[in-house]
Amino acid sequence: MSNWIPLWLHKLSSPPTFYRFAGTLRPWMMAFALLLGAIGLYGGLVLAPPDYQQGDAYRIIFIHVPSAWMSMFIYGVMGVSAFIALVWRIKLAEVVAMESAPIGAAFTFITLVTGSLWGKPMWGTWWTWDARLTSELVLLFLYLGVIGLYHAFEDRRQGARAAAFLAIIGIINVPIVHYSVTWWNTLHQGSTVNIFGHSKIAWDMLWPLLTVTLATKFYYAASLFRRARTDLLALESGKEWVRQIAAREGKR
Amino acid sequence: MSVQALQSFFAMGGYAVYVWPAYAVFFIVLIADTCSPIFRRRRLLRELNARVARQSARQGQASDKTSPTQTTP
Repeated sequence: MSNWIPLWLHKLSSPPTFYRFAGTLRPWMMAFALLLGAIGLYGGLVLAPPDYQQGDAYRIIFIHVPSAWMSMFIYGVMGVSAFIALVWRIKLAEVVAMESAPIGAAFTFITLVTGSLWGKPMWGTWWTWDARLTSELVLLFLYLGVIGLYHAFEDRRQGARAAAFLAIIGIINVPIVHYSVTWWNTLHQGSTVNIFGHSKIAWDMLWPLLTVTLATKFYYAASLFRRARTDLLALESGKEWVRQIAAREGKR
Repeated sequence: MSVQALQSFFAMGGYAVYVWPAYAVFFIVLIADTCSPIFRRRRLLRELNARVARQSARQGQASDKTSPTQTTP
């Protein structure tokens, strides 16, 4: 049996190894994010034709939908790593869960604001308390709750465990957000893009949307790596490897 | 791209007041998200170096006191 995968994972979860690993990958992730983002937004804003019903207002979709997907995707990552952190007490899993929360909150905030800016010209209102919008707002409050709980404890690892618990409970909300347009009669339009079937959107509009989505995934990786590296320095500040980095980079 | 085409691009078919603020929010929030760990890291390393410097200064003092040349009269 090949056991190099668990061995490699075990090694990677040690803070100094992950610090170096993330430091090597992060610039590449950011470069991919910027490149794909530029291509996708050019395709969406310039190349794609106006919508036959919504005119040019629909172009908000190219940031609204990728952000909405990221708000749920990041919550999933946070929930899974929170579970790993609680069960196996792996420090890196705690860091990934807790540093995902601000990025997820950022994307959820973008989703709500861009949705509002899209809703005003199309529905005639900035906000309505319908299932999709309300559940997305609850998602933002869950992120903020996780961040707040994490910082409410003097001992950071104790705070991380409490916040991880909240993150796991809150994961119930993710399918509610996703299926809210199917389960309830809402003002929000149904899913346009379907991974396993026919998407109700023209290819000229679909490829920029998917490209920006990929860009936001890379952005998340880059941001998470940067945040995790900083957090590891704070958590391991007494250790020799951190002091070496501080001595090397603090002079600048 | 002609000036006219550029103008019509920025006009967004009359929806400019909704489309461009949406994009502005997207970029401002993500730039803020990128910058906050950079500042935190800088502050952290500065604090850490200060702590190390304090510790080594204290250790220096302690070793001076115990050294035989510094016997109290």
